[in-house]
Amino acid sequence: MDLDKFKVHGEPLIYGAMISIALATIGILVGLTYFKKWGYLWREWLTTVDHKKIGVMYILAALLMLFRGGVDAMMMRLQTAAPEMKFLDAQHYNEVFTTHGLIMILFMAMPFIIGLMNVIVPLQIGARDVAFPRLNAVSFWLFFFGAMLLNISFVIGGSPDAGWSAYFPLASLEFSPTVGNNYYSLALQISGIGTLITGVNFIVTILKMRAPGMKLMKMPMFTWSVLITNVIIVFAFPVLTVALALMMFDRLFGSQFFTMANGGMDMLWANLFWVWGHPEVYIVILPAFGIYSEIIATFSKKNLYGYTSMVFSMLIISLLSFLVWAHHFYTMGQGAMVNSFFSITTMAIAVPTGVKIFNWLFTLRKGRITFTTPMLYTLAFIPIFTIGGVTGVMLAMASADYQYHNTMFLVAHFHYVLIPGAVFAVIAGFHYWFPKVFGFRLNERLGKHSFWWIVISFNVTFFPLFFLGLMGMTRRMYTYSEESGFGPLNMLSFVGAVGLAIGFVLLVYNIYWSTRYMPRDTTSDPWDGRTLEWATHSPMPVYNFAVVPKVRTRDAFWSAKQENMPLFEDKITKIHMPSNTGKPFILGVIFFFLGFFLVFSMWIPAIVAGVGVLIMLAAMSFDRDHGYYISVDEVMATEKKLMRGETV
Amino acid sequence: MKKKGPLYALFLSLILLLPGCSSLTVLNPKGPSARTLSDTIILSILVMLGVLAVVYILYIFVLVKYRAKKSNEGYIPEHEEGNKVLETIWIVIPIIIVAFLSVVTVKTTNAVENQAKEYKDQTPLVIYASSSNWKWHFSYPEEGIETVNYVNMPVHRAVEFRMYSFGSITSLWIPQLAGQKYAMSDMLTTLHLSADTEGSYMGRNANFSGKGFAHMEFEALVMSSKDYEDWVKEVKETAPKLTEKEFKGLLATDYLGRKTYSSTHLEFSPPPGEHSEHMSGGGKEMDMDNGNMDHQDNKEIHPSPEPSSETEFDSKPNPEVEQPLPSSPVDEHTHDSNS
Repeated sequence: MDLDKFKVHGEPLIYGAMISIALATIGILVGLTYFKKWGYLWREWLTTVDHKKIGVMYILAALLMLFRGGVDAMMMRLQTAAPEMKFLDAQHYNEVFTTHGLIMILFMAMPFIIGLMNVIVPLQIGARDVAFPRLNAVSFWLFFFGAMLLNISFVIGGSPDAGWSAYFPLASLEFSPTVGNNYYSLALQISGIGTLITGVNFIVTILKMRAPGMKLMKMPMFTWSVLITNVIIVFAFPVLTVALALMMFDRLFGSQFFTMANGGMDMLWANLFWVWGHPEVYIVILPAFGIYSEIIATFSKKNLYGYTSMVFSMLIISLLSFLVWAHHFYTMGQGAMVNSFFSITTMAIAVPTGVKIFNWLFTLRKGRITFTTPMLYTLAFIPIFTIGGVTGVMLAMASADYQYHNTMFLVAHFHYVLIPGAVFAVIAGFHYWFPKVFGFRLNERLGKHSFWWIVISFNVTFFPLFFLGLMGMTRRMYTYSEESGFGPLNMLSFVGAVGLAIGFVLLVYNIYWSTRYMPRDTTSDPWDGRTLEWATHSPMPVYNFAVVPKVRTRDAFWSAKQENMPLFEDKITKIHMPSNTGKPFILGVIFFFLGFFLVFSMWIPAIVAGVGVLIMLAAMSFDRDHGYYISVDEVMATEKKLMRGETV
Repeated sequence: MKKKGPLYALFLSLILLLPGCSSLTVLNPKGPSARTLSDTIILSILVMLGVLAVVYILYIFVLVKYRAKKSNEGYIPEHEEGNKVLETIWIVIPIIIVAFLSVVTVKTTNAVENQAKEYKDQTPLVIYASSSNWKWHFSYPEEGIETVNYVNMPVHRAVEFRMYSFGSITSLWIPQLAGQKYAMSDMLTTLHLSADTEGSYMGRNANFSGKGFAHMEFEALVMSSKDYEDWVKEVKETAPKLTEKEFKGLLATDYLGRKTYSSTHLEFSPPPGEHSEHMSGGGKEMDMDNGNMDHQDNKEIHPSPEPSSETEFDSKPNPEVEQPLPSSPVDEHTHDSNS
């Protein structure tokens, strides 16, 4: 076996990364052993099927990836801060921007959102768990090990370097001979399967497990957004699965789907990628709309304005999201007719999005607005996202796009959409629901400091890029000359990036500080909430609700508080819960090794791992575990304890 | 509204920072095609500023008026279902705006996909532009000459670029003359442009194509018809012929400076078949699946450069090129840059 292909050599940065990964791993292993936490870790986390714990693990992983992707971003802004910088070479820069895109979208934004939906959706609909708790664990571990597989590419064998869109023939073996794009096809495939399972799981959960009385049109807006998102997932992800499989065949087995000769079609990849890729944008943005709707309603003390049109606008966006993919390659020569069609469908998305913006503004009208940290992020979202939206309309005009395509203008646009549209939303949701999960709030003062750093620096970082695009700077250039005149604005952008980094560090410091010093919350309804998740204890018991609530109105908890409509009428009965299982975790580990061996074309170990996957799947399907019951006495005891503010 | 202060200061400082509008190359067009695009962009910016203004005014108004104050403590807002009339307004007005912009888009897209109105009566000068690993080959079939990494064009003349690639997808972009379009291995794409002003313009590949992407720039020099004819004549007299062997050598080299030849590679290495969109009425043979088979066969003879065996992080600097790559519209005269 050729050991050379594992080596990534040269840069001190890589060695630094290797050492820090090794140290962190050793540190974790030693720490776990020293504090005798192995059993705890296995029993409480690795084998858990509890949707809340799985959600927390998703969010933790997403936060880690936020910093990994953030470091990539800092390296890119530093490399382009001045003309002719020598910080990264071309190859390294290409790997950095490729993994930045992949990690931020697939391993940060999406898992963060899936984490929040895991924690909150069952609570919002008054359910005890998701429909398929074990599949939920499978989803998480596949995502997690997919993410790990992509991350080790940095130190073993080399990262993907053909851009996050991996256009062929550039991504083919001929032009990208390293194993980087093998990692791309396999890491995305493994985590993509996990996402697809989540999609099915949540559609069934929301359709079948709502509390009695919660009609579809009485669901909280976040649950609605999650339902629509998961429908998009179920339609879009199979396309990615197929595209990645074809890519893997091309790279590992010498098939020629996307090559230049023998009938291969490079445009086929672009089409498949964006048929998945454009809906993917809405997979991360629609739940954000849901989060904002909850927060705006809560902190202006009003019900959401135009609920029905909010729901329909999301439905229309989800349909249109499948009709616009070709705007990602207007310049591929498909001619004026095709481009005009896709221009119009793309611009049409502005209409339902505008409906949402105005409905939010009218929710605020006549409200009583309090400026808490989650609300600040929500309020900052509106003007910034509107800039992203209007530049989106500008980009949608095919003719004009011939000038913006692949330039920094585009980079500025999608950061103006994705950062307020997804990142601000998950941070807002994180601050908003944190007390629900952990029983105490994050510090408001630190939260606001971090907010101002992030919001102001965001604009300093990305606003200049609009002008750089109009000046003719394309994206993905690792360097440029002095005469181009791109220097000053790039430097400004780098300064902004430093500010953003400070903001995010403050955010993490806030988590640490609040964990140590914030007073525990005994009311379990710190924001005067409106939806069902605030009706149970914080942190909630494993069974969520001792008695399943009865829903009569939208904003069921608010009506219960305001109009004395009782939520919990039934008596406590014994509660059926699923039991923990280690199989999803083991399956994830085997998938990780399968992916790793395939990346390096190590066939025999790969076949062994493949058989292992089949055995685990068989073992899981023949598992006869029907879960367990929590007796009435036990529920009563837990409830009593929780009433006194103790944790269980 | 505390948050608007810093935001406005930011916008203002950004505008002050701009080194003047002329450096926004996209909005400083030098030909009819680029002018159409620039006008479209400016129109869309104005319309969008209108939309922004409405949202921002409403936003500031509600935030100032309805914030929690001591005076409205204990106030619990009423339940408000929504309002059919208002919601219809903010559905209908955006539809009107989008419809307006759609009309503009369809018109301008058609305009730039075809020869400019002002130059309709001319037969365009055809230039084949092909890319291979981080360099551009420009073939002039009528003149029977070929250049590498620079292109000369006569002023006031309709020019038709036909683009394709010997490797990964690239995108030919001369922002002051026309919008970009992709060059791919299995399909010929067409770009119409013409220049109103003589001068040297920056041209580059706008689509990421690997390691040497950042350096994949070329100079587009627009000269008077007489200068252009002189240049062609001079090239035919002094430049060497482009032999198949020489061309293979060019393809195999990653980076090159400028080169000039008195024949083109089109004879022994024909471009792929044209795309159906542009073929209608052309009467040429259609071979949609694989493009021109000759071109495909050619792949065997001219394989793309062997991928280097070194792995990614080879810290060696970019190979020295024979001549500095044109990094900006430099005022260098290229007539004598024969190889």
